[in-house]
Amino acid sequence: MTAANKTIAEDSPGELEALLPWHAAGTLNARDTRRVEEALARDPALARQYAAIQEEFAETISLNENLGAPSARAMQKLFAAIDAEPARRGSALHGLSGRIPQFFAALSPRTLAAAGAVGALVLLLQAGVIGAMLARDDGSHSFRTASYNAPAAPVTRGLEAASGPQALVRFAPDARVSDINQFLDAYRASIVSASKGGMFKLQFGGESAKDFAGLLSRIQSEKIVNLAVAAQ
Amino acid sequence: MSAAQAASDEVLIARIAQGDRLAMQVLYGRHHVRVFRFGLRLVRNEQTAEDLISEVFLDVWRQAGKFEGRSAVSTWLLAITRFKALSALRRRKDAELDDETANAIEDESDDPEVAVQKKDKSDALRRCLTQLSAEHREIVDLVYYHEKSVEEVAEIVGIPENTVKTRLFYARKKLADLLKAAGIERGWP
Repeated sequence: MTAANKTIAEDSPGELEALLPWHAAGTLNARDTRRVEEALARDPALARQYAAIQEEFAETISLNENLGAPSARAMQKLFAAIDAEPARRGSALHGLSGRIPQFFAALSPRTLAAAGAVGALVLLLQAGVIGAMLARDDGSHSFRTASYNAPAAPVTRGLEAASGPQALVRFAPDARVSDINQFLDAYRASIVSASKGGMFKLQFGGESAKDFAGLLSRIQSEKIVNLAVAAQ
Repeated sequence: MSAAQAASDEVLIARIAQGDRLAMQVLYGRHHVRVFRFGLRLVRNEQTAEDLISEVFLDVWRQAGKFEGRSAVSTWLLAITRFKALSALRRRKDAELDDETANAIEDESDDPEVAVQKKDKSDALRRCLTQLSAEHREIVDLVYYHEKSVEEVAEIVGIPENTVKTRLFYARKKLADLLKAAGIERGWP
């Protein structure tokens, strides 16, 4: 009498005997499958029990398959309930930012690795082309920066108005940055400094600076300006 | 279920977590019949089983973001179904026979004898399978019909793996007893 056979008569199943149903269903791993098959080959009582299990297996499938399927009502009920659910924050990710991670998540590790390798190759090629272009340079073309042909006169607004009059201006609390920018452009002004009290020292240039008293009056009448006084 | 489908199920769950309704429809189409049959075998009432699958998939819609992929999606679905089915059975109470009462009465029924009169072993076996207790029915179905491994059954039912093996062994012995009572000997046990 084999070990497996011995346990059949007892209340608790033997180790391999207990695995027979999973062997019939094909859900054992390779190692256990081999062990069960070897036991079945040498133990006739175990083989008889396995034959009974195969009948149970077939009839259980038959029984379940004859249970039918749910009606369409179940699906309608489900999606009506889903529609009644509160909007999901994640649904906002349906745009590009949401689809990019989904796209990469859907790729297999092998595909991702191949894409990474191709990307690295492209970078190497690009570096090679740039290197070759530099190496071909005969020296007649010296390295030029963006300031190579810079004009002698400064083009910045602040420098242009360096000699203009200055005023201390406090902007309205609800003034937007775009409004202030528009104001600075209109008066050809630049910010020299800002104090803690919310006062800005502005420097004015161009024609508007010629009549400074009139200029201050116009500035004071601007909606976004609370206060404008001449600076020392 | 193939490994490819399992991986595909996980992609669907990730999309559902983002609120993708179409992914929900695909997952439903793929699994709702098995979920329904598993639930129906437990609650034994088609109306209740249909209500169950709506509840199960609504839970999936709500909880998809928490799915960690430590088990197959189908295993997760069956675990939710089992939980919902047991809750439904508890709610049933006096309105209908509770499961234990039903089992006790069924054990005394004449159905196996009727099957013998028909001299149809397969029919008798199917009838006896329906006579098993809910505890035994679910483990038989999970292993034979839903093709779940020892580990997966342990996760769905919430019991140790060794208990899974012995419980199925006792379910099979009970099945053999029912068949024997019906006059059918199979040479085991």
